[in-house]
Amino acid sequence: MDILQITNLHKHFGSKEVLKGLTLSVPEHSVFGFIGKNGAGKTTTMKIVLGLLKADAGSITVAGENVVYGQTSVNRQIGYLPDVPEFYPFMTAQEYLSFCGEITGMNPSEIRTRSRELLELVGLGGEKHRIKGFSRGMKQRLGIAQALLHRPKLLICDEPTSALDPVGRKEILELLLTVRDQTTVLFSTHILSDVERICTDVAFLNNGTVHLTGALADLMQSCRTEEYILEPENVTDLATLLQAFPNMGPINENQLRFSQRNCNLFDVLAFTADRRIPLTKLERLEPSLESLFMQVVRPLDARA
Amino acid sequence: MRSLLAFMKKEWMEQLRCGRLMILIILFVLLGIMNPAMAKLTPWLFEVMADSLAESGITVTEVTVSALDSWTQFFKNLPLGLIAFVLLQSSIFTKEYDTGTLMLVFTKGFERIKVLTAKASLLLILWSAGYWLCFGITCGYNAYFWDNTVAHNLMFAVICWWIFGLWVITLCVLFSVLAKSNAHVLAGTGSIVLLFFLLGMFPQCREYVPTILTDGASLIYGARSLQVYLFPLIFTVILGIFCLAVSIPLFRQKKL
Repeated sequence: MDILQITNLHKHFGSKEVLKGLTLSVPEHSVFGFIGKNGAGKTTTMKIVLGLLKADAGSITVAGENVVYGQTSVNRQIGYLPDVPEFYPFMTAQEYLSFCGEITGMNPSEIRTRSRELLELVGLGGEKHRIKGFSRGMKQRLGIAQALLHRPKLLICDEPTSALDPVGRKEILELLLTVRDQTTVLFSTHILSDVERICTDVAFLNNGTVHLTGALADLMQSCRTEEYILEPENVTDLATLLQAFPNMGPINENQLRFSQRNCNLFDVLAFTADRRIPLTKLERLEPSLESLFMQVVRPLDARA
Repeated sequence: MRSLLAFMKKEWMEQLRCGRLMILIILFVLLGIMNPAMAKLTPWLFEVMADSLAESGITVTEVTVSALDSWTQFFKNLPLGLIAFVLLQSSIFTKEYDTGTLMLVFTKGFERIKVLTAKASLLLILWSAGYWLCFGITCGYNAYFWDNTVAHNLMFAVICWWIFGLWVITLCVLFSVLAKSNAHVLAGTGSIVLLFFLLGMFPQCREYVPTILTDGASLIYGARSLQVYLFPLIFTVILGIFCLAVSIPLFRQKKL
Protein backbone atom coordinates (compact mmCIF):
# COMPACT_ATOMS: atom_id res chain seq x y z
CA MET A 1 0.00 0.00 0.00
CA ASP A 2 1.15 3.56 -0.74
CA ILE A 3 1.19 5.93 2.21
CA LEU A 4 1.58 8.99 -0.02
CA GLN A 5 0.13 9.40 -3.48
CA ILE A 6 0.73 12.53 -5.55
CA THR A 7 -1.03 12.81 -8.90
CA ASN A 8 -0.35 15.33 -11.65
CA LEU A 9 0.77 18.14 -9.35
CA HIS A 10 1.28 21.59 -10.87
CA LYS A 11 2.62 24.74 -9.24
CA HIS A 12 3.60 28.15 -10.63
CA PHE A 13 5.45 30.95 -8.88
CA GLY A 14 4.71 33.94 -11.08
CA SER A 15 5.70 32.97 -14.60
CA LYS A 16 7.95 30.15 -13.42
CA GLU A 17 6.44 26.67 -13.49
CA VAL A 18 8.09 24.78 -10.64
CA LEU A 19 6.06 21.56 -10.75
CA LYS A 20 4.89 20.23 -14.11
CA GLY A 21 2.51 17.36 -13.49
CA LEU A 22 4.50 15.62 -10.77
CA THR A 23 3.24 12.11 -10.00
CA LEU A 24 4.70 10.02 -7.20
CA SER A 25 3.84 7.10 -4.92
CA VAL A 26 5.62 6.37 -1.67
CA PRO A 27 5.22 2.77 -0.44
CA GLU A 28 4.47 2.17 3.23
CA HIS A 29 7.45 1.44 5.52
CA SER A 30 10.02 2.55 2.96
CA VAL A 31 12.79 5.09 3.39
CA PHE A 32 12.09 7.08 0.29
CA GLY A 33 14.79 9.33 -1.13
CA PHE A 34 13.38 12.33 -3.00
CA ILE A 35 16.37 13.45 -5.03
CA GLY A 36 16.83 16.59 -7.04
CA LYS A 37 19.12 19.53 -7.61
CA ASN A 38 18.68 22.72 -5.61
CA GLY A 39 15.58 24.46 -6.92
CA ALA A 40 14.17 21.28 -8.49
CA GLY A 41 10.91 21.64 -6.52
CA LYS A 42 11.49 19.25 -3.60
CA THR A 43 10.59 21.73 -0.85
CA THR A 44 7.63 23.06 -2.85
CA THR A 45 6.27 19.52 -3.20
CA MET A 46 6.71 18.86 0.52
CA LYS A 47 5.06 22.13 1.51
CA ILE A 48 2.07 21.28 -0.69
CA VAL A 49 1.87 17.81 0.94
CA LEU A 50 1.89 19.54 4.34
CA GLY A 51 -0.92 21.90 3.30
CA LEU A 52 1.34 24.94 3.67
CA LEU A 53 1.27 25.85 -0.03
CA LYS A 54 -1.61 25.76 -2.48
CA ALA A 55 -1.20 23.64 -5.61
CA ASP A 56 -2.44 24.99 -8.95
CA ALA A 57 -3.69 21.54 -9.94
CA GLY A 58 -3.37 17.90 -8.97
CA SER A 59 -4.28 15.78 -5.97
CA ILE A 60 -2.49 14.41 -2.93
CA THR A 61 -3.56 11.72 -0.47
CA VAL A 62 -1.78 10.77 2.75
CA ALA A 63 -2.89 7.42 4.20
CA GLY A 64 -5.96 7.65 1.97
CA GLU A 65 -6.93 11.14 3.20
CA ASN A 66 -7.02 14.11 0.81
CA VAL A 67 -4.71 17.05 1.47
CA VAL A 68 -6.55 20.40 1.35
CA TYR A 69 -4.66 23.70 1.57
CA GLY A 70 -5.26 25.61 4.81
CA GLN A 71 -6.93 22.61 6.50
CA THR A 72 -4.47 20.71 8.59
CA SER A 73 -6.40 17.65 9.79
CA VAL A 74 -4.44 15.29 7.52
CA ASN A 75 -1.23 16.59 9.12
CA ARG A 76 -1.97 14.44 12.17
CA GLN A 77 -0.72 11.55 10.02
CA ILE A 78 2.51 13.39 9.20
CA GLY A 79 5.66 14.28 11.09
CA TYR A 80 7.76 17.05 9.56
CA LEU A 81 11.44 17.82 9.94
CA PRO A 82 12.59 20.91 7.98
CA ASP A 83 16.22 21.56 7.02
CA VAL A 84 16.57 24.17 9.77
CA PRO A 85 13.85 23.54 12.36
CA GLU A 86 12.86 26.56 14.44
CA PHE A 87 11.57 26.18 17.98
CA TYR A 88 10.46 28.53 20.74
CA PRO A 89 13.82 29.53 22.25
CA PHE A 90 12.37 30.27 25.69
CA MET A 91 11.33 26.62 26.19
CA THR A 92 13.36 23.57 27.18
CA ALA A 93 13.34 20.47 24.94
CA GLN A 94 11.00 18.70 27.38
CA GLU A 95 8.61 21.69 27.47
CA TYR A 96 8.58 21.89 23.68
CA LEU A 97 7.68 18.23 23.31
CA SER A 98 4.95 18.59 25.95
CA PHE A 99 3.60 21.58 24.03
CA CYS A 100 3.64 19.59 20.77
CA GLY A 101 1.88 16.66 22.45
CA GLU A 102 -0.82 18.92 23.89
CA ILE A 103 -1.57 20.67 20.61
CA THR A 104 -1.85 17.30 18.83
CA GLY A 105 -4.35 16.08 21.42
CA MET A 106 -2.21 13.38 23.08
CA ASN A 107 -3.07 12.50 26.67
CA PRO A 108 -0.72 13.75 29.44
CA SER A 109 0.64 10.34 30.49
CA GLU A 110 1.36 9.42 26.85
CA ILE A 111 3.12 12.77 26.35
CA ARG A 112 5.32 12.15 29.40
CA THR A 113 6.28 8.61 28.37
CA ARG A 114 6.74 9.33 24.69
CA SER A 115 8.75 12.54 25.16
CA ARG A 116 11.08 10.86 27.69
CA GLU A 117 11.54 7.94 25.29
CA LEU A 118 12.23 10.21 22.28
CA LEU A 119 14.57 12.57 24.13
CA GLU A 120 16.60 9.53 25.17
CA LEU A 121 16.56 8.28 21.56
CA VAL A 122 17.90 11.55 20.17
CA GLY A 123 20.43 12.01 22.97
CA LEU A 124 18.77 14.97 24.67
CA GLY A 125 17.56 13.04 27.71
CA GLY A 126 19.42 15.02 30.35
CA GLU A 127 19.20 18.38 28.61
CA LYS A 128 17.68 20.97 30.96
CA HIS A 129 18.77 24.15 29.17
CA ARG A 130 16.48 26.31 27.08
CA ILE A 131 16.48 25.76 23.29
CA LYS A 132 18.06 29.19 22.65
CA GLY A 133 21.41 27.68 23.71
CA PHE A 134 21.17 24.60 21.45
CA SER A 135 23.60 23.90 18.60
CA ARG A 136 22.28 23.21 15.09
CA GLY A 137 22.80 19.47 15.53
CA MET A 138 20.90 19.48 18.83
CA LYS A 139 18.04 21.37 17.18
CA GLN A 140 17.95 18.83 14.35
CA ARG A 141 17.80 15.96 16.84
CA LEU A 142 15.01 17.72 18.73
CA GLY A 143 13.37 18.17 15.32
CA ILE A 144 13.29 14.42 14.84
CA ALA A 145 11.86 13.94 18.33
CA GLN A 146 9.03 16.44 17.75
CA ALA A 147 8.28 14.94 14.34
CA LEU A 148 7.92 11.43 15.77
CA LEU A 149 6.08 12.39 18.96
CA HIS A 150 2.55 11.68 17.74
CA ARG A 151 3.59 8.43 16.00
CA PRO A 152 3.02 9.71 12.44
CA LYS A 153 2.46 7.31 9.56
CA LEU A 154 4.69 9.44 7.35
CA LEU A 155 7.83 11.30 8.39
CA ILE A 156 8.80 14.05 5.93
CA CYS A 157 12.41 15.21 6.20
CA ASP A 158 13.34 18.16 4.03
CA GLU A 159 17.11 18.08 3.50
CA PRO A 160 17.67 17.25 7.17
CA THR A 161 21.44 16.91 6.84
CA SER A 162 22.24 19.79 4.51
CA ALA A 163 23.06 22.29 7.27
CA LEU A 164 25.05 19.90 9.47
CA ASP A 165 28.71 19.06 9.95
CA PRO A 166 29.83 15.44 9.22
CA VAL A 167 29.30 14.32 12.83
CA GLY A 168 25.81 15.82 13.00
CA ARG A 169 24.98 14.30 9.60
CA LYS A 170 26.03 10.85 10.71
CA GLU A 171 23.91 11.16 13.88
CA ILE A 172 20.80 12.21 11.96
CA LEU A 173 21.17 9.44 9.35
CA GLU A 174 21.58 6.86 12.10
CA LEU A 175 18.46 8.20 13.81
CA LEU A 176 16.49 7.97 10.59
CA LEU A 177 17.66 4.38 10.16
CA THR A 178 16.47 3.65 13.69
CA VAL A 179 12.98 5.02 13.12
CA ARG A 180 12.32 3.28 9.80
CA ASP A 181 10.57 0.43 11.63
CA GLN A 182 8.06 2.85 13.18
CA THR A 183 7.10 4.94 10.16
CA THR A 184 7.59 5.65 6.45
CA VAL A 185 10.34 8.19 5.83
CA LEU A 186 10.23 10.59 2.88
CA PHE A 187 13.68 12.11 2.72
CA SER A 188 14.48 14.95 0.33
CA THR A 189 18.10 15.64 -0.42
CA HIS A 190 20.73 16.37 -3.01
CA ILE A 191 23.42 14.54 -1.01
CA LEU A 192 23.51 11.22 -2.84
CA SER A 193 25.74 9.41 -0.37
CA ASP A 194 23.05 9.93 2.30
CA VAL A 195 20.49 8.32 0.00
CA GLU A 196 22.74 5.33 -0.76
CA ARG A 197 23.22 4.86 2.95
CA ILE A 198 19.62 4.77 4.17
CA CYS A 199 17.06 4.72 1.35
CA THR A 200 15.14 1.71 0.08
CA ASP A 201 13.30 3.60 -2.68
CA VAL A 202 14.08 6.73 -4.66
CA ALA A 203 12.56 9.23 -7.05
CA PHE A 204 14.61 11.61 -9.18
CA LEU A 205 12.99 15.01 -9.57
CA ASN A 206 14.16 17.23 -12.38
CA ASN A 207 12.61 20.15 -14.13
CA GLY A 208 9.34 19.81 -12.20
CA THR A 209 8.62 16.14 -12.88
CA VAL A 210 9.72 12.76 -11.58
CA HIS A 211 12.01 11.17 -14.17
CA LEU A 212 12.85 7.90 -12.52
CA THR A 213 11.40 6.15 -9.51
CA GLY A 214 11.48 2.71 -7.92
CA ALA A 215 13.32 0.51 -5.45
CA LEU A 216 16.93 1.66 -5.22
CA ALA A 217 18.33 -1.87 -5.67
CA ASP A 218 16.24 -2.44 -8.81
CA LEU A 219 17.28 0.87 -10.34
CA MET A 220 20.94 0.19 -9.67
CA GLN A 221 20.58 -3.27 -11.21
CA SER A 222 18.84 -1.91 -14.29
CA CYS A 223 21.58 0.59 -15.04
CA ARG A 224 24.41 -1.90 -14.49
CA THR A 225 26.71 -1.81 -17.54
CA GLU A 226 29.53 -4.28 -17.90
CA GLU A 227 32.36 -1.83 -17.89
CA TYR A 228 35.88 -2.44 -16.64
CA ILE A 229 38.98 -0.50 -15.73
CA LEU A 230 42.34 -2.00 -16.61
CA GLU A 231 45.68 -0.82 -15.28
CA PRO A 232 48.90 -2.44 -16.57
CA GLU A 233 51.94 -2.36 -14.35
CA ASN A 234 54.09 -0.72 -17.07
CA VAL A 235 52.82 2.41 -18.77
CA THR A 236 54.50 1.24 -22.02
CA ASP A 237 51.98 -1.63 -22.25
CA LEU A 238 49.12 0.86 -22.64
CA ALA A 239 50.02 1.44 -26.30
CA THR A 240 50.20 -2.31 -26.99
CA LEU A 241 46.76 -2.83 -25.49
CA LEU A 242 45.26 0.13 -27.36
CA GLN A 243 46.69 -1.19 -30.61
CA ALA A 244 45.16 -4.64 -30.05
CA PHE A 245 41.82 -3.32 -28.73
CA PRO A 246 41.03 -0.01 -30.44
CA ASN A 247 37.63 0.15 -28.64
CA MET A 248 39.36 0.68 -25.32
CA GLY A 249 39.57 4.25 -24.11
CA PRO A 250 42.28 5.77 -21.93
CA ILE A 251 41.02 7.25 -18.63
CA ASN A 252 44.39 8.71 -17.68
CA GLU A 253 48.04 7.98 -18.40
CA ASN A 254 47.90 4.70 -16.41
CA GLN A 255 44.40 3.29 -16.95
CA LEU A 256 42.13 2.08 -19.75
CA ARG A 257 38.38 1.65 -19.74
CA PHE A 258 36.42 -0.83 -21.82
CA SER A 259 32.91 -2.23 -22.15
CA GLN A 260 32.04 -5.91 -22.50
CA ARG A 261 29.81 -5.01 -25.47
CA ASN A 262 32.63 -4.02 -27.79
CA CYS A 263 35.66 -5.53 -26.12
CA ASN A 264 35.38 -9.05 -24.72
CA LEU A 265 36.82 -9.46 -21.23
CA PHE A 266 38.13 -12.98 -21.88
CA ASP A 267 39.91 -11.83 -25.07
CA VAL A 268 41.58 -9.05 -23.10
CA LEU A 269 42.63 -11.46 -20.34
CA ALA A 270 43.92 -13.99 -22.90
CA PHE A 271 45.90 -11.26 -24.68
CA THR A 272 47.55 -10.03 -21.47
CA ALA A 273 48.37 -13.65 -20.52
CA ASP A 274 49.87 -14.40 -23.97
CA ARG A 275 52.00 -11.25 -23.99
CA ARG A 276 52.84 -11.65 -20.29
CA ILE A 277 51.62 -8.11 -19.53
CA PRO A 278 51.57 -7.69 -15.74
CA LEU A 279 48.42 -5.99 -14.42
CA THR A 280 48.05 -3.82 -11.31
CA LYS A 281 44.29 -3.60 -11.49
CA LEU A 282 41.25 -5.03 -13.26
CA GLU A 283 38.04 -3.70 -11.80
CA ARG A 284 34.40 -3.98 -12.77
CA LEU A 285 32.70 -0.57 -12.61
CA GLU A 286 29.69 -0.69 -10.31
CA PRO A 287 26.91 1.76 -11.14
CA SER A 288 26.63 4.59 -8.63
CA LEU A 289 23.67 6.70 -7.66
CA GLU A 290 25.64 9.67 -8.90
CA SER A 291 25.94 8.20 -12.40
CA LEU A 292 22.23 7.38 -12.34
CA PHE A 293 21.43 10.93 -11.23
CA MET A 294 23.63 12.37 -13.96
CA GLN A 295 21.87 10.17 -16.55
CA VAL A 296 18.55 11.68 -15.44
CA VAL A 297 19.72 15.25 -15.20
CA ARG A 298 22.10 15.52 -18.16
CA PRO A 299 19.78 15.04 -21.16
CA LEU A 300 17.44 17.73 -19.82
CA ASP A 301 20.25 20.10 -18.98
CA ALA A 302 21.66 19.59 -22.47
CA ARG A 303 18.28 20.44 -24.01
CA ALA A 304 18.00 23.52 -21.78
CA MET B 1 -10.16 23.08 23.76
CA ARG B 2 -7.16 21.47 25.48
CA SER B 3 -4.97 22.23 22.49
CA LEU B 4 -6.15 25.86 22.49
CA LEU B 5 -5.28 26.15 26.17
CA ALA B 6 -1.87 24.60 25.47
CA PHE B 7 -1.17 27.27 22.86
CA MET B 8 -2.36 29.99 25.24
CA LYS B 9 -0.06 28.55 27.91
CA LYS B 10 2.82 28.83 25.45
CA GLU B 11 1.91 32.47 24.73
CA TRP B 12 1.74 33.20 28.45
CA MET B 13 5.13 31.53 29.00
CA GLU B 14 6.60 33.69 26.23
CA GLN B 15 5.24 36.89 27.79
CA LEU B 16 6.64 35.86 31.15
CA ARG B 17 10.06 34.55 30.09
CA CYS B 18 10.79 37.24 27.52
CA GLY B 19 10.07 39.95 30.12
CA ARG B 20 7.13 41.53 28.28
CA LEU B 21 4.70 40.81 31.10
CA MET B 22 6.96 42.50 33.64
CA ILE B 23 7.31 45.58 31.42
CA LEU B 24 3.52 45.77 31.08
CA ILE B 25 2.96 45.45 34.84
CA ILE B 26 5.54 48.17 35.57
CA LEU B 27 4.04 50.41 32.86
CA PHE B 28 0.45 50.19 34.08
CA VAL B 29 1.39 50.43 37.77
CA LEU B 30 3.46 53.54 37.06
CA LEU B 31 0.63 55.09 35.03
CA GLY B 32 -1.81 54.27 37.81
CA ILE B 33 0.38 55.96 40.43
CA MET B 34 1.28 58.89 38.20
CA ASN B 35 -2.32 60.14 37.83
CA PRO B 36 -3.04 60.95 41.51
CA ALA B 37 0.62 61.88 42.05
CA MET B 38 0.45 64.55 39.34
CA ALA B 39 -2.78 65.92 40.80
CA LYS B 40 -1.37 65.83 44.32
CA LEU B 41 1.80 67.63 43.24
CA THR B 42 0.01 70.39 41.31
CA PRO B 43 -0.45 72.84 44.29
CA TRP B 44 3.17 72.34 45.32
CA LEU B 45 4.33 72.91 41.72
CA PHE B 46 2.36 76.16 41.54
CA GLU B 47 3.82 77.23 44.90
CA VAL B 48 7.35 76.60 43.67
CA MET B 49 6.65 78.48 40.46
CA ALA B 50 4.70 81.30 42.13
CA ASP B 51 7.61 83.78 42.16
CA SER B 52 8.52 83.33 38.54
CA LEU B 53 4.84 83.48 37.57
CA ALA B 54 4.42 86.69 39.62
CA GLU B 55 7.26 88.27 37.64
CA SER B 56 5.25 87.51 34.50
CA GLY B 57 2.22 89.21 36.02
CA ILE B 58 0.35 86.05 36.99
CA THR B 59 -0.79 85.85 40.56
CA VAL B 60 -1.18 82.39 41.97
CA THR B 61 -3.83 82.11 44.63
CA GLU B 62 -4.64 78.94 46.55
CA VAL B 63 -4.84 75.93 44.20
CA THR B 64 -7.31 73.22 45.18
CA VAL B 65 -7.31 69.85 43.47
CA SER B 66 -9.93 67.10 43.48
CA ALA B 67 -10.39 63.58 42.13
CA LEU B 68 -11.46 65.17 38.84
CA ASP B 69 -7.89 66.39 38.23
CA SER B 70 -6.54 62.92 38.85
CA TRP B 71 -9.13 61.35 36.50
CA THR B 72 -8.34 63.98 33.86
CA GLN B 73 -4.71 62.94 34.16
CA PHE B 74 -5.82 59.28 33.87
CA PHE B 75 -7.49 59.91 30.50
CA LYS B 76 -4.48 61.96 29.33
CA ASN B 77 -2.01 59.21 30.19
CA LEU B 78 -3.97 56.31 28.71
CA PRO B 79 -2.86 56.93 25.09
CA LEU B 80 0.71 56.52 26.31
CA GLY B 81 -0.19 53.16 27.86
CA LEU B 82 -2.01 51.98 24.74
CA ILE B 83 0.81 53.03 22.39
CA ALA B 84 3.38 51.28 24.58
CA PHE B 85 1.17 48.17 24.70
CA VAL B 86 0.80 48.04 20.90
CA LEU B 87 4.52 48.66 20.35
CA LEU B 88 5.38 45.86 22.75
CA GLN B 89 2.88 43.34 21.39
CA SER B 90 2.80 44.17 17.67
CA SER B 91 5.32 41.42 16.87
CA ILE B 92 3.26 38.63 18.45
CA PHE B 93 2.40 37.21 15.00
CA THR B 94 5.15 38.62 12.77
CA LYS B 95 7.97 37.24 14.91
CA GLU B 96 6.56 33.76 14.34
CA TYR B 97 6.35 34.38 10.57
CA ASP B 98 9.98 35.54 10.57
CA THR B 99 11.38 32.63 12.53
CA GLY B 100 9.11 29.97 11.03
CA THR B 101 8.07 28.58 14.41
CA LEU B 102 4.42 28.41 13.38
CA MET B 103 5.26 26.03 10.53
CA LEU B 104 5.99 23.13 12.88
CA VAL B 105 2.81 23.93 14.82
CA PHE B 106 0.66 23.78 11.68
CA THR B 107 2.32 20.64 10.40
CA LYS B 108 1.02 18.90 13.52
CA GLY B 109 -2.55 19.47 12.44
CA PHE B 110 -3.11 22.38 14.84
CA GLU B 111 -5.84 24.54 13.36
CA ARG B 112 -4.97 28.07 12.30
CA ILE B 113 -8.09 29.52 13.91
CA LYS B 114 -6.81 28.32 17.28
CA VAL B 115 -3.54 30.21 16.84
CA LEU B 116 -5.52 33.34 16.00
CA THR B 117 -7.93 32.82 18.91
CA ALA B 118 -5.14 32.19 21.42
CA LYS B 119 -3.07 35.19 20.38
CA ALA B 120 -6.02 37.60 20.08
CA SER B 121 -7.47 36.44 23.43
CA LEU B 122 -4.14 36.87 25.17
CA LEU B 123 -3.77 40.41 23.82
CA LEU B 124 -7.30 41.35 24.88
CA ILE B 125 -6.81 39.81 28.33
CA LEU B 126 -3.43 41.51 28.84
CA TRP B 127 -4.81 44.90 27.80
CA SER B 128 -7.84 44.46 30.07
CA ALA B 129 -5.71 43.35 33.02
CA GLY B 130 -3.24 46.23 32.57
CA TYR B 131 -5.99 48.76 32.03
CA TRP B 132 -8.03 47.76 35.07
CA LEU B 133 -4.89 47.52 37.20
CA CYS B 134 -4.08 51.12 36.25
CA PHE B 135 -7.69 52.13 36.94
CA GLY B 136 -7.72 50.29 40.30
CA ILE B 137 -4.55 52.03 41.50
CA THR B 138 -5.79 55.48 40.46
CA CYS B 139 -9.22 54.83 41.95
CA GLY B 140 -7.70 53.64 45.25
CA TYR B 141 -5.44 56.68 45.63
CA ASN B 142 -8.25 59.04 44.59
CA ALA B 143 -10.59 57.54 47.18
CA TYR B 144 -7.87 57.91 49.82
CA PHE B 145 -6.98 61.54 49.03
CA TRP B 146 -10.26 62.92 47.70
CA ASP B 147 -13.78 61.88 46.80
CA ASN B 148 -14.45 59.90 43.59
CA THR B 149 -18.16 60.72 43.58
CA VAL B 150 -17.48 64.20 42.13
CA ALA B 151 -16.79 62.55 38.75
CA HIS B 152 -19.95 62.12 36.62
CA ASN B 153 -20.44 58.79 34.78
CA LEU B 154 -16.95 57.69 35.85
CA MET B 155 -17.44 53.96 35.23
CA PHE B 156 -19.03 54.59 31.85
CA ALA B 157 -16.16 56.87 30.79
CA VAL B 158 -13.63 54.27 31.91
CA ILE B 159 -15.47 51.48 30.05
CA CYS B 160 -15.55 53.61 26.88
CA TRP B 161 -11.75 54.01 26.92
CA TRP B 162 -11.30 50.30 27.66
CA ILE B 163 -13.49 49.40 24.65
CA PHE B 164 -11.48 51.83 22.48
CA GLY B 165 -8.30 50.01 23.53
CA LEU B 166 -9.86 46.63 22.72
CA TRP B 167 -10.78 47.90 19.26
CA VAL B 168 -7.21 49.12 18.60
CA ILE B 169 -5.98 45.64 19.59
CA THR B 170 -8.37 43.96 17.15
CA LEU B 171 -6.94 46.30 14.47
CA CYS B 172 -3.47 45.17 15.49
CA VAL B 173 -4.59 41.51 15.10
CA LEU B 174 -6.07 42.21 11.65
CA PHE B 175 -2.89 43.90 10.43
CA SER B 176 -0.78 41.12 11.96
CA VAL B 177 -2.67 38.69 9.72
CA LEU B 178 -2.34 40.91 6.65
CA ALA B 179 1.23 42.10 7.08
CA LYS B 180 4.54 40.28 7.21
CA SER B 181 6.55 42.71 9.27
CA ASN B 182 6.16 44.44 12.58
CA ALA B 183 6.56 47.86 10.97
CA HIS B 184 3.62 47.19 8.63
CA VAL B 185 1.43 46.13 11.57
CA LEU B 186 2.23 49.38 13.40
CA ALA B 187 1.77 51.46 10.25
CA GLY B 188 -1.58 49.83 9.43
CA THR B 189 -2.99 50.10 12.95
CA GLY B 190 -1.71 53.66 13.36
CA SER B 191 -3.14 54.76 10.01
CA ILE B 192 -6.66 53.55 10.79
CA VAL B 193 -6.67 55.19 14.24
CA LEU B 194 -5.28 58.40 12.72
CA LEU B 195 -7.93 58.30 10.00
CA PHE B 196 -10.69 58.17 12.62
CA PHE B 197 -9.04 61.00 14.59
CA LEU B 198 -9.01 63.12 11.44
CA LEU B 199 -12.63 62.23 10.69
CA GLY B 200 -13.46 63.21 14.27
CA MET B 201 -12.29 66.75 13.52
CA PHE B 202 -15.28 67.27 11.24
CA PRO B 203 -18.31 68.32 13.33
CA GLN B 204 -20.59 66.09 11.23
CA CYS B 205 -18.55 62.98 12.09
CA ARG B 206 -17.36 63.85 15.60
CA GLU B 207 -20.05 61.95 17.46
CA TYR B 208 -19.90 58.81 15.35
CA VAL B 209 -16.25 57.80 15.31
CA PRO B 210 -14.57 55.48 17.87
CA THR B 211 -12.03 58.13 18.86
CA ILE B 212 -14.69 60.09 20.76
CA LEU B 213 -14.57 57.28 23.34
CA THR B 214 -11.18 58.59 24.44
CA ASP B 215 -12.72 61.88 25.56
CA GLY B 216 -13.53 60.66 29.06
CA ALA B 217 -12.79 64.07 30.61
CA SER B 218 -15.92 65.61 28.97
CA LEU B 219 -18.01 62.85 30.50
CA ILE B 220 -16.68 63.11 34.05
CA TYR B 221 -17.01 66.92 34.06
CA GLY B 222 -20.56 66.55 32.72
CA ALA B 223 -19.73 68.55 29.58
CA ARG B 224 -21.19 65.78 27.39
CA SER B 225 -24.07 63.49 28.08
CA LEU B 226 -23.76 59.73 28.23
CA GLN B 227 -26.14 59.32 25.27
CA VAL B 228 -23.61 60.95 22.91
CA TYR B 229 -21.23 58.02 23.50
CA LEU B 230 -23.75 55.23 22.97
CA PHE B 231 -23.65 55.12 19.17
CA PRO B 232 -19.82 55.28 18.84
CA LEU B 233 -19.56 52.66 21.60
CA ILE B 234 -21.79 50.20 19.73
CA PHE B 235 -20.09 51.10 16.43
CA THR B 236 -16.65 50.44 17.95
CA VAL B 237 -17.73 47.04 19.31
CA ILE B 238 -19.08 46.12 15.85
CA LEU B 239 -15.84 47.30 14.20
CA GLY B 240 -13.80 45.20 16.63
CA ILE B 241 -15.89 42.08 15.96
CA PHE B 242 -15.61 42.77 12.22
CA CYS B 243 -11.78 43.01 12.44
CA LEU B 244 -11.58 39.65 14.24
CA ALA B 245 -14.11 37.99 11.91
CA VAL B 246 -12.23 39.14 8.80
CA SER B 247 -8.93 37.96 10.29
CA ILE B 248 -10.10 34.32 10.43
CA PRO B 249 -10.42 33.57 6.67
CA LEU B 250 -7.40 35.77 5.91
CA PHE B 251 -5.23 33.86 8.37
CA ARG B 252 -6.52 30.54 7.04
CA GLN B 253 -5.29 31.49 3.55
CA LYS B 254 -2.05 33.16 4.66
CA LYS B 255 1.15 31.86 3.07
CA LEU B 256 3.84 31.04 5.59
